[in-house]
Order: sequence, then structure tokens, then C-alpha cells
Amino acid sequence: MATDTAHSAPAAAAAHDDGHEHPGWSTYWKIAVILFVLTAVEVSAFYIPAWETSWVYVPSMLTLSSIKFVLVVMYYMHLKYDHKLFRSLFTGPLIVAALTLIGLLFLFSKLSIRLGLVG
Amino acid sequence: MTATTLPAPDAAADGHGHGGGHYTTLGLDNRKIAIWTFIGSECMLFASLISTYLIYKGRSIKGPFPHEPWTEPVTGKVFPAILDIPVTSASTFVLLMSSFAMVLALAAVQNKQLPKHTLGDKILGSSKLWLWVTCLMGVMFLGFQAFEFTAFIREGLTIRTNLFGSSFFTLTGFHGAHVAVGVCWLFSLLAIDYKRGLQPSDATNVDIAALYWHFVDVIWIVIFTLVYLIK
Repeated sequence: MATDTAHSAPAAAAAHDDGHEHPGWSTYWKIAVILFVLTAVEVSAFYIPAWETSWVYVPSMLTLSSIKFVLVVMYYMHLKYDHKLFRSLFTGPLIVAALTLIGLLFLFSKLSIRLGLVG
Repeated sequence: MTATTLPAPDAAADGHGHGGGHYTTLGLDNRKIAIWTFIGSECMLFASLISTYLIYKGRSIKGPFPHEPWTEPVTGKVFPAILDIPVTSASTFVLLMSSFAMVLALAAVQNKQLPKHTLGDKILGSSKLWLWVTCLMGVMFLGFQAFEFTAFIREGLTIRTNLFGSSFFTLTGFHGAHVAVGVCWLFSLLAIDYKRGLQPSDATNVDIAALYWHFVDVIWIVIFTLVYLIK
């Protein structure tokens, strides 16, 4: 039992990190409205030729999508409030996945960097 | 009792459910560590599928194509751009709102013991209602996907037609399969709720299902932008 007692304090502290401060209804509906609006903006942009053909289209779509991704992960999946180990378990593979994706796109010439090595 | 586990009541003292879970020396529920590890591995699975789609994008020799019309050289038949953005936008809204319903279902289970004075409290505190809403929205999303797939097949795009068809059906099919698993999971929670009522001690089980469901949602956020909206 000594072992149990020794573990109780850190357990309680960690359990506190594990999710005492989950947001409530007021936060959830605000996030839902933001997600709805951002998706509406994305879809509208697709139908606005001036936007859709401009160079800002792809970066703006990726930014809007990233904001939605982060909002769901931080607030609905409670990663903002949960223990940092959970954050590491998610962000670690996510970074590896993103780097793999970018690496493959470079490898197959879907992305390129202009190095300016002329002459 | 081993040194690596804690009695559930200690770790659950913060109000987190413990329905059968073990706790690590960090005081974290093993099931939550498992689901986050699983979600991390799923990130890599979907990254590989999305990479494949993006690499093959624009390399199909014959149509139909996602965003441009195509004329069959032999028959002269014209195939329109195949992606139906309005339908997919509607299904995206449905999936996003299902995530909202899911967090409300989890909050309802966590706060089951709180007194409910007003009608608003009763609605927000009904885990059955929010689980039903989430399930139905999940089924609706699958219905949209079935509609989209059958329309594509009718218009001449199958998994064997071209590179676009192969990578598109593989990516969205895998995602749809994940949604189907999530819907089954949510229906099983609903069945438990009807049988004995989900209690705050079940909150971790509901939380794990919710994490999976939200993950399926965030993957769709990425797919919707990369596959449907960016030409």
C-alpha cells in the first residue's frame, strides 16, 4: 500500500491536468459557429472567380482549414486542457505525418523551391 | 496492486470517470493514452493516403477529372467535372455539427448528477438526445457519401477508371469506413444509455468515443479542402 500512497499525490496533480477545466456549452457553441462560418467562407471562395483564380486562394484555403483543424483539436478534443502527454502523443505523429507529406510532394515534384543557383 | 497502477478512486477523484480503467503513475487513464496513440498512428495513415492523392493529382491520362470537363476522344462523349461541391459542402456541415453534438453528449454524461431546473438544462443534460443527434448526423454523412459514390459510378468514374478514381475512392472510402465504425461505436453507447443510463463514471468511455469521432471530423476538414476545394 505504501506504493499507492506514494503515487497518490502525483496522480492527483496529473489528474488535475487531465481535464478539470473542460470548457462548457458557451464555448462549444461559439466554436461551432466559428467552424460553420469558416466553412461557409471556404465554400464561397470556391465560387468567387476573382478569389479562386488569385494566388492567395490556396494559402487562404489552407489557413482556414488549419484554423478549423486546430479549433476542433484544442476545444472539442480538449487538447488545450488535457495533460501534455496527450498533446505529445498527437502532435508528434502529426508533425511526422506532415513532414512525410511535404517530403513526398517535393520528391514527386509537386512542390519546388527556387534556390537561385543560376550561372 | 502493482507500482504502476493506482486504485481507480484516487485517480478519479477529480470527477473523471473510471469505469474499469487503469491509471498510470502519471495518473492518466490507460484508455486515453491508448486512444491518443491510436489517433497519432491514424494521422500517419491518412497522411499517406492524402500524399498519394496529391501526387497522382493531375496525372490521369483519361477522365473523368475532378474539376475540369473531359471529352472522350473515341466517342466524343463529354464528361463534366465530377466533384459535386454543393453536396459535399452540405455533408461537411453535417459532420462539423455532429462534432458539436458529440461534445454536448460528453458534457451531458459528465454532468449527469447536476440538478436540472430549466428546460434548457434538461435539453443540454440529455445524453440520449445528443448521442442520437450525433449518430443521425453520422448516418447522414454516410448517406451523402453513398450518394456521391453512386453518382460517380453512374457518370463513369470507378476505382479502376484512372489514377484520380483510384486515389479518390481509396482516400474517401477509408474515411467513410472510419465514420461507419464511429457510428457503430456511438450506437453502442446509445444502447448502453438506454439499458442502464450512462453515468459520470462512464465519462472516460464516452470521451474516448468522442475523441475518435472528432478525429474523423478533423480528417474530413483536411480532405474537404485538399480534395474538393483546391483545384
